[in-house]
Amino acid sequence: MSVPATATLPAPEALEQGSSLGHDAWLRLRKNQLAVFGLVCLAVVAVLCLVGPWLLPYGYEEQKLELGASPPGAMHWLGTDTLGRDLLVRLLYGGRISLGVGLAATFVALTIGVVYGAVAGFFGGKLDAVLMRIVDIMYSLPFPIFVILLMVFFGKNIILLFVAIGAVEWLTMARIVRSQVMAVKRMEFIEAARALGFGKRRIIFRHILPNILGPIIVYTTLTIPAVMLLEAFLSFLGLGVQPPMSSWGVLIKDGAEKMEEFSWLLVFPAALFSLTLFSLNFLGDGLRDALDVRSSKD
Amino acid sequence: MFRFITSRLLQSLLALFLVITATFFMIRFVPGGPFTAEKAVTPEILRNLEAHYGLDRPLWRQYLDYLVSLGRGDLGPSFKYPNRTVNEIIGDKLPVSAELGALALAFALVIGITLGTLAAVYRNTWIDYVASTFGMMGISIPTFVVGPLLVLGLAIHLGWFNASGWYGPADRVLPAIVLGFAYAAPVSRLTRGGMLEILGQDFIRTARAKGASELRIITRHALRGGLLPVVSFLGPAVAGILTGSFVIETIFQIPGIGREFVNSAFNRDYTLVLGTVILYAVLIMALNLVVDIVQAWMNPKVRLEE
Repeated sequence: MSVPATATLPAPEALEQGSSLGHDAWLRLRKNQLAVFGLVCLAVVAVLCLVGPWLLPYGYEEQKLELGASPPGAMHWLGTDTLGRDLLVRLLYGGRISLGVGLAATFVALTIGVVYGAVAGFFGGKLDAVLMRIVDIMYSLPFPIFVILLMVFFGKNIILLFVAIGAVEWLTMARIVRSQVMAVKRMEFIEAARALGFGKRRIIFRHILPNILGPIIVYTTLTIPAVMLLEAFLSFLGLGVQPPMSSWGVLIKDGAEKMEEFSWLLVFPAALFSLTLFSLNFLGDGLRDALDVRSSKD
Repeated sequence: MFRFITSRLLQSLLALFLVITATFFMIRFVPGGPFTAEKAVTPEILRNLEAHYGLDRPLWRQYLDYLVSLGRGDLGPSFKYPNRTVNEIIGDKLPVSAELGALALAFALVIGITLGTLAAVYRNTWIDYVASTFGMMGISIPTFVVGPLLVLGLAIHLGWFNASGWYGPADRVLPAIVLGFAYAAPVSRLTRGGMLEILGQDFIRTARAKGASELRIITRHALRGGLLPVVSFLGPAVAGILTGSFVIETIFQIPGIGREFVNSAFNRDYTLVLGTVILYAVLIMALNLVVDIVQAWMNPKVRLEE
């Protein structure tokens, strides 16, 4: 039964019959309860961090020295720190920084890694050998140590933090993208694009990359928690975000210093940070199962 | 095999040279020097100090001098600890960190391999789910969260351990567990994956058909191949344990090389920073090299791909 070319749109069911990879993946993801849990948690945390500070009647620098550290109560739901600052507001502000660093540094890593890997994989040959040798060498460098040095020497600069962390995390992305590009570039539709006389850049960005989005998305989701961990690690050593700004790493560090008397200062930031990382990892795992059929077979 | 090892060795040497050069010049272009913190220093004394340590010479000359003395295995005098050489400081602090790292790695391997094997053998039972949850926890809860929380619970509230310090054997327990915990999780995941693949293969079925006990099949036949993914993870794991010990040594106030490294960077102790960076670089590269070789030895496929 053929449909006239000018007919009205087919029913939604019909559209779903020929569903796209993205739609399939979404259906599979929705079945994975842990991944959905992660997604919901992340959304809640992100919205709270964005909106929460405006709704609460305290500023993150607002001190009440006479109050000091007070346990959770009706006035301050999560208590206050030793300077009498509301912990909930500081937690939400810290979340903005932590999530922001996570997203921004991941974006840096994503951009470098994808372009580098795509170029190496697409052109192959000597260029590929040289580029990947460089990645091999950089892999063997003690990078966290360099990041620590950078932060000690040029510290107190959040932009540098993004760049330094991003520069560490792009290596794996480059390897993944390269191997994917090498697999895709031999396919017939790429040959067709070449035959049509498209430029190399257009073939890479318009034809190859959209076809390897799955692994890129998966690895990006897993990079965000890694980046947030690195930021918190640096902040914990006193090298990341500087006061009066705070991030979850800073709050955990402060809480750990005062945990003997004021345990809530450690417990709440630690719990929120871990919950966020949990959610991101669950989501990443779920996405891998949904998008990347090959690696989900175990 | 020989060609494989030499090419890896050359690559490591090149990387090491890059590390030394980059670090050397990076710390020199940083504002502040090793003597800026001491207020009592007059310009004259400062000049004498700088002359004493050779800091008044041109930079390229200092660089060459450093490389020459490095060739003799001499990492130079510390700028912050008078009358102590970097070699002595590393000799003092490294054994502490090495002990901590070895204990942590042992903990990670024992727990991780046991859990991973159990999860693979009892696949899709509650044992498997407990092991996976544990794995997720290890990946998602960072050491600097686990550490303080365990100290709060086990040391401060229950009083089982000291909250910090590095004196008796009991002081080793918490730091090693916290540091190892983060790596037990990936080890268990990798073991599970590797074992699942091996347990489905024909030679395991043959062993079963011959009447070998399940325990023997696992320990004698499956583990060797099933642990291959774990071996390739050991390089990054040891590197991570080395840097992870910065945090552990800070939390538990352990006098190891990690804390010394962070302090030396704050103090602008040029030679100590360089010395520790070189130490870490050499350790990490040597470990990666060993892992590559072991991997090739365990699996001819890896070797042939090279």
